[in-house]
Amino acid sequence: MIDAQNLTKKFDGGTAVEGLTFHIDEGEVFGLLGPNGAGKTTVRMLCCLISKTGGEARIADYEVGNTADSLKIRKMIGLVPDNVGLYNELSAYENLDFYGKLYECPEKLRKENIEHFLKMLGLWEKKYVPAGTLSKGMKQKLAIARALIHQPKVLFMDEPTANLDPEASKTVRDFILELKKEKRTIFLNTHNLDEAQRTCDRIGILKTRLLNIGTPEQLKESLRGVKTEIQLAEVNDAIVSAVRKVTTHNVEVSDNKLIIDVGNITDNPAIIEAIVSSGGRIQLVTELSPTLEDVYLKTVK
Amino acid sequence: MRLSKAWIIAAKDLRIFRRNKNVLRSVILFPLIVSIGLPLVVHFAGHQHGGIPASRLPTVLNAFSFFFIIGAAYLPTFIASYSLVGEKVEKSLEPLLATPITDSELLLGKSLAAFLPPIVAIYIGAAVFMALINQLTHQTLGYSYFPNWTMGVILLLVAPLSAILSVETSVIISARASDARAAQLLGGLIVLPFGAIYVASEIGSVSLNANNLFIISAVILLVDLILFFISTKTFQREEILTKWT
Repeated sequence: MIDAQNLTKKFDGGTAVEGLTFHIDEGEVFGLLGPNGAGKTTVRMLCCLISKTGGEARIADYEVGNTADSLKIRKMIGLVPDNVGLYNELSAYENLDFYGKLYECPEKLRKENIEHFLKMLGLWEKKYVPAGTLSKGMKQKLAIARALIHQPKVLFMDEPTANLDPEASKTVRDFILELKKEKRTIFLNTHNLDEAQRTCDRIGILKTRLLNIGTPEQLKESLRGVKTEIQLAEVNDAIVSAVRKVTTHNVEVSDNKLIIDVGNITDNPAIIEAIVSSGGRIQLVTELSPTLEDVYLKTVK
Repeated sequence: MRLSKAWIIAAKDLRIFRRNKNVLRSVILFPLIVSIGLPLVVHFAGHQHGGIPASRLPTVLNAFSFFFIIGAAYLPTFIASYSLVGEKVEKSLEPLLATPITDSELLLGKSLAAFLPPIVAIYIGAAVFMALINQLTHQTLGYSYFPNWTMGVILLLVAPLSAILSVETSVIISARASDARAAQLLGGLIVLPFGAIYVASEIGSVSLNANNLFIISAVILLVDLILFFISTKTFQREEILTKWT
């Protein structure tokens, strides 16, 4: 559904995105994690809001950057920007109706869609309330409904849960999962690792360049077995120095635990033997599962 | 360019303006003051000496009619500034530009929304003004002064062209201004040349007859065309998104 080949964007101040290459299948939820504005720039390029400096990108059969295709792309996508950008003086219903008209939704379908999404997001009772008076969470939900009013095939979401309270964030995340069931292609730009892990089929880690890409499990798999946690009855200097003799990796001491960066789980027996021979009483040995945060931090380092 | 798309944007903006009391007040106040205030001036001026003499009245009334041109040039700045910078302030441009509309449809929609309310207000104000003036001066002149060619040229030619000039200036200024108030203040400077023409007419340098108004119209039309070219060049969506928001 979405293809990018060496997609690049340079501004006067420097390079925002360089050599971005990926493919997103129809119905896939793809998350882009990144420490700076590279994700936003990518979303804007794919939505034909800003031009690309280099490379190619296609959405369905249309070429991003081709003037003739830009309107067709914008017609088949929905965008939830990081700032909701609603018309505060207009009601929730009027906001959606305006966008429905711009997307050329026939009146009957438009009314049905407005009702469907407002009810689905729990906003139907607030349909005549000015958008400016809604809570942050409600505004965000309304912005999502706005992006879906024309039933787009592809939905771009730029930090959809930023600045939301945990409850509103959960509502939005649950809604993304609902959309996933409808087999919509979703491109999610986020800084929220938990959100990415819960909602995305695949995740790309972007820091100007795409540094890593895979399913959350694949990304975590790349760090599996790196850390071993050994809980002891007591930790003393003799035990720590014994461990450091058998491993060149980092050894952390936390309470009565040793957290050891092991290159491979085959290093574990030697470490355990060293602890026992230096008088250590082992209570528990655990392989620490890496989190997406570990993967992210290690990747962008 | 699809006019229907432009009209959707204009209709949305017009709905917002109707609910914005500040903008609404600004658009209504000027025509109201001119349409009622100026006839009162005519009524009370020289009241103790039998009023303004018939020979002087046409010059005075033509000069007063020019206020509707000043209004047509000034009033759109309130709406145009709010309309464009308002989108920027409320961060609503990004989702709007992500819809299948072209820059020219967006600009036309915004321009229509900024053009229509002031011009309607000016027309209503002018109708009230003409009715009151006819009522007040019929006895002195012996005939109804309005409607006449001068007012016809003002309302059908100079005022709309001045309003377009004002809208285009506001579009250009809005691309640079950071808030609606600043854009409005700068846009308001558009009335200065019109004020100068009015002063020139008052000191007798220019006669505001139909012929001269045609010449003024031609000049404004030329400036309108140049500004249209500049405004379409100024309104670049990438620059707007990366620098405005």
